Amino acid sequence: MAHPWLTPVLSDDWDADKPWTLETYEHSGGYDALKTALAMDQDAVIQLVKDSGLRGRGGAGFPTGMKWGFIPQAKDGEAAKPHYLVVNADESEPGTCKDIPLMMATPHTLVEGVIISSFAIRADHAFIYVRGEVLHVVRRLQRAVQEAYLAGHLGKNIHGSGYDLELTVHAGAGAYICGEETALLDSLEGRRGQPRLRPPFPAVAGLYAAPTVINNVESIASVPSIVKNGAEWFASMGTEKSKGMTLYSLSGHVKRPGQYEAPLGITLRQLLQISGGMREGHELKFWTPGGSSTPILTAEHLDVPLDYEGVGAAGSMLGTKALQVFDETTCVVRAVLRWTEFYKHESCGKCTPCREGTWWLVQTLARLENGKGSEADLELLLDQCDNILGRAFCALGDGATSPITSSIQYFREEYIAHFTAGRCPFDHAASTVFETAGATP
Amino acid sequence: MNAGEGLEESTLAELKEIVARYPKPGSALLPMLHLVQSVEGKVTSRGIEACADILDISAAEVSGVATFYTMYKRRAVGEYHVGVCTNTLCAVMGGDEIFERLKVHLDVGNDETTDDGKVTLEHIECNAACDYAPVMTVNWEFMDNMTPESATELVDDLRAGKDVTSTRGPRVCTWREAERVLAGFPDDLADEGPAAGHATLVGLEIARENGWKAPSADRKDVS
Repeated sequence: MAHPWLTPVLSDDWDADKPWTLETYEHSGGYDALKTALAMDQDAVIQLVKDSGLRGRGGAGFPTGMKWGFIPQAKDGEAAKPHYLVVNADESEPGTCKDIPLMMATPHTLVEGVIISSFAIRADHAFIYVRGEVLHVVRRLQRAVQEAYLAGHLGKNIHGSGYDLELTVHAGAGAYICGEETALLDSLEGRRGQPRLRPPFPAVAGLYAAPTVINNVESIASVPSIVKNGAEWFASMGTEKSKGMTLYSLSGHVKRPGQYEAPLGITLRQLLQISGGMREGHELKFWTPGGSSTPILTAEHLDVPLDYEGVGAAGSMLGTKALQVFDETTCVVRAVLRWTEFYKHESCGKCTPCREGTWWLVQTLARLENGKGSEADLELLLDQCDNILGRAFCALGDGATSPITSSIQYFREEYIAHFTAGRCPFDHAASTVFETAGATP
Repeated sequence: MNAGEGLEESTLAELKEIVARYPKPGSALLPMLHLVQSVEGKVTSRGIEACADILDISAAEVSGVATFYTMYKRRAVGEYHVGVCTNTLCAVMGGDEIFERLKVHLDVGNDETTDDGKVTLEHIECNAACDYAPVMTVNWEFMDNMTPESATELVDDLRAGKDVTSTRGPRVCTWREAERVLAGFPDDLADEGPAAGHATLVGLEIARENGWKAPSADRKDVS
């Protein structure tokens, strides 16, 4: 077992008996890392996470320990304001489905990570901002937090350390944009979720204009294992600049969709090999490496290492490691149109390039999908993308252009086939999982 | 604006209880609106007025928030909110066919409620369950791996008052009860349902079959 292809750490207890309970969690060593951390110097905890090489698992890949290090720690002036930790549990990027199962199965992993991370950055109040549309996950989080309070892991003078922490589970109300960290802060302050101009960055002026760290669920949930096993242990997995294990989410036209926890740098070919490959009789056409905002890739990219550098070099982004896999029955124009309709729906309206641009993208794409477009529409689409990319207020607008420009790059002929045929040349029923089971109403 | 008769005292007390959870009152607004929906069946004018009064902000500000988020409804929602994911992956895998079938079967359009007040149908965006596509939700509980047949059966059962259990959760409650949990008032159902569905565990199973594990921590400080 020199090189295990899968390395379950976060997912290791998911098949235990009632793994969401405090009892099961503590039985397998849960909250030991908290006790270790509380006995450490706070800066040493930050250094440990820096040394581990942990990078943000929410998509951007920013080094987690470095983010924590940006929180000003002076005893007076602006830095003396309260500090906050906010967990981004607003998992909404199309294709992304790792944080929700983690919080449903083992919410205490996240809660312990929150306490250790809050201790490190000297926060006295932390929030888990979870999307509202996942009721049972909200229940499990509420219960885990309640159990942690009762066990003395939260509240005043945690385990006699003199450290106090409040943790609030906060349910959102349905807005993809709130996954953008500054929009999340506005939402958590009770406003429409719209992104903020940076600088000032949240580390200086975040929640309530106080120093704030915002981290993804999986990032924070990785912290207890790092404290428990050490930075070298974590860094022994993964690649040179992308350290550790991570959750890859395989979905779509594959035999065994699901969560695969592996060292960073595994390839889609390897993941398909161990999971049985594509559904019977079909072949890979295109896929997203990390959600719909990451440019699509094709079968020629099967051997790209799925780490931050590897996917970047292939012209896309690792993102959330949401591998949405589509076979040859799928119309790429239809797929891209639907994603674009999503961005149009979710555009917060704050900036013109995104608000108006996504609307126009849908008009143009819909015409193409319906076979009424022309070659000039392709240039129009690319021009529209050019007017959004880099000109929108936040990454939502940029993300909206990714599937369009990448699909035109790889599947220009398929766009053209739509208007030469005067209709979509695909049978959409052939893409469904129940293609033989009566798909017509 | 005359809000007419106000909310019950007990509701006002709970709204204030939500405010007390936060360092700054404004943060309470989203859960407060969830609570308003649980009591009123939608976001009502008097609910907006109550939130504005308690938070000392204008009703227009509360309305601005209530209209921004898709989970807040200005028209009454049925006993069961039924969501069908029609974002790309679910749509391709059959979500479009399911949604079309349900519209015909229930004789409603998007975001409309059946005449008996039981089911409100809505196509929803990605709900973070793509490994269970096509995905539906009932009152924001997962209904995984759906087909047009299982979808029509599901809504028939809901309308007939039969017990319906989420594939990864408890027996589904009403939409108003769900909204109360989202407002931060737990319903004691956390222990119901499984830890995970089959797709969640598939990688773990393959790792176990192959004897694959993360490196042992003992090897950590050798360098």
